[in-house]
Amino acid sequence: MKIKEFPGSRVFNICNIALLSLLSLVTFYPMYYVLLASISVPSRFVVHRGPLLLPKGLSLASYRAVIGNPNISVGYVNTIIVVIVATALSLVLTSMGAYFLSRKDIMLKKGIMMLIVFTMFFNGGLIPFYLTVTGLRLDRSLLALILPVAINTFNLIIMRTAFLSIPASLEESAKIDGAGHFTILFRIVLPLSMSTVAVIILFYAVQNWNAWFNAMIFLRDRSLYPLQLVLREILVVNDTNSMVAQVGNDMGDTRMVSETIKYAVILVATVPILVLYPFLQKYFVKGMMVGAVKE
Amino acid sequence: MVGMRSAAPPGAKPGQSYWKRLMVCIGANKSLYLMIVPVLLFYLIFSYVPMYGVIIAFKNFQPGLGIMGSPWVGMQNFLDFFQGPYFVRILKNTLVISITSIVFGFPAPILLALLLNEVRSRKFKRLVQTVTYMPHFISLVVVCGMILQFCSSTGVITNLLHTLFGFPEKNLMGDPQNFVPVYVLSGIWQEVGWGSIVYLSAMTGINSELYEAADIDGANRFHKVWSITLPGILPTIMIMLILRLGNVMSVGFEKIILLYNPAIYSTADVISSYTYRKGLLEFNWSYSTAVGLFNSVVNYVFLFSSNWLSRKINDTSLW
Repeated sequence: MKIKEFPGSRVFNICNIALLSLLSLVTFYPMYYVLLASISVPSRFVVHRGPLLLPKGLSLASYRAVIGNPNISVGYVNTIIVVIVATALSLVLTSMGAYFLSRKDIMLKKGIMMLIVFTMFFNGGLIPFYLTVTGLRLDRSLLALILPVAINTFNLIIMRTAFLSIPASLEESAKIDGAGHFTILFRIVLPLSMSTVAVIILFYAVQNWNAWFNAMIFLRDRSLYPLQLVLREILVVNDTNSMVAQVGNDMGDTRMVSETIKYAVILVATVPILVLYPFLQKYFVKGMMVGAVKE
Repeated sequence: MVGMRSAAPPGAKPGQSYWKRLMVCIGANKSLYLMIVPVLLFYLIFSYVPMYGVIIAFKNFQPGLGIMGSPWVGMQNFLDFFQGPYFVRILKNTLVISITSIVFGFPAPILLALLLNEVRSRKFKRLVQTVTYMPHFISLVVVCGMILQFCSSTGVITNLLHTLFGFPEKNLMGDPQNFVPVYVLSGIWQEVGWGSIVYLSAMTGINSELYEAADIDGANRFHKVWSITLPGILPTIMIMLILRLGNVMSVGFEKIILLYNPAIYSTADVISSYTYRKGLLEFNWSYSTAVGLFNSVVNYVFLFSSNWLSRKINDTSLW
């Protein structure tokens, strides 16, 4: 049966598409501008005012300065170490917790669930957290960036919801074959929840890639600084001196490069995440169904 | 099969004491309980130990003496805060930033989700989603770095405002009255797309027969949005609103301390950034903890009352 389209419907469609296109453009333009600025010739970019549609010439001087900078490369390595170790640890802990909390007829389950959900609404605050971590002597090492954020309760609940939707019969047959809980979790439950696992891995990886605050308050040794903390010095504290020195002589005016360096740094630090996420985008709507905490 | 997952833990007999049954249950599921041990340790160490540490709000904490050994001072830290020169300022700033963010930032993703839901072309819908989700993945340091660059005296936003509205070509972030608009608008840019996911996900749960019935009854698209889609996602909207109102007093310090500078403390300094400065830069541990605790307590009042109100009005609540 063909439903008659109302005349207003077409007009609405056009307005809707126009509106959403405008929104997308406004959202996208700042990122596009960063790209243009980073590949512009520094001396031409500095004298330009206002928006850009195309780069001001083409130059890789900013990128050369960024890649040649030891702070950036050390930061990159530290961040990659943290992201890999922390994401792996988080995934194991979160799936074990979610597995336990998705079992039926297990004593203490309700109490533990309440204990965990309670922490979403109540926390000790910044100073007691700081004193706890320093009290454990975790500060001044990369562990301070990994252990205190190992489980994200929101992710735990997403995962538990996914595990709950797996038919119990699949696990029962494995149990009859003599499989233990670890085998069931890692061989049956996790592979059956691949879309949620993918989303959770992405969430943890992004969280660890982007984290900076704990690094700022806990780390003293510059050689341990993650990328975001180096970025903060360049973008927010406004310290590009160490980098400009690198290209200073052969570029003529050092002040000019320091402007475009900032944009190149942003790109270098952000692109790895931005190329990763569109591949997982289709899982978001499905994977984000958190479901009710209460049963 | 029967018996393996019976109502009572395997091996339990009626009439056994709780501890006995617990021991039997743990004994039968050793590896399962082994899994939860590290998870519990994590929450114990990084959530519950700090909660215990909150008592330093009522003490004069000195690191050398430890939490137990430091002397009690009762409500002194709270009184110092309430009577101090910054109490009114940071309370006002916190509420202004938070309420402005809710008024403009809360409806935005709902609106976007409704518009996206009306898009017929799947490709176009996906494209809009890809672009609008993107800022969520950009780190806060980078977002704030971009804001500071764009709003500097030579920045692209400053220049646009200058040519369009005649703003002075000065650093926007040096003027106190610009902070709230910049904070709120950039917040919408960051989260509007990501925030729409939860509503789009709720829309997939709406029974499509409702739309077919409405078509037969001759309803137009606006009617359908108004009487089917919106009511369908109303419980989700309410839950999100309760959660948001429960956080009305918490403006996260990360974005604030990346964006502000002493010249604009008069509008930008909030409770959490003040807590950070007092505690970690000036080492007033106890005073800072007291300020943070005050902040949390007000949040609970808001959370409980909005939850209660929502349950009264439309039967939706968190618990």
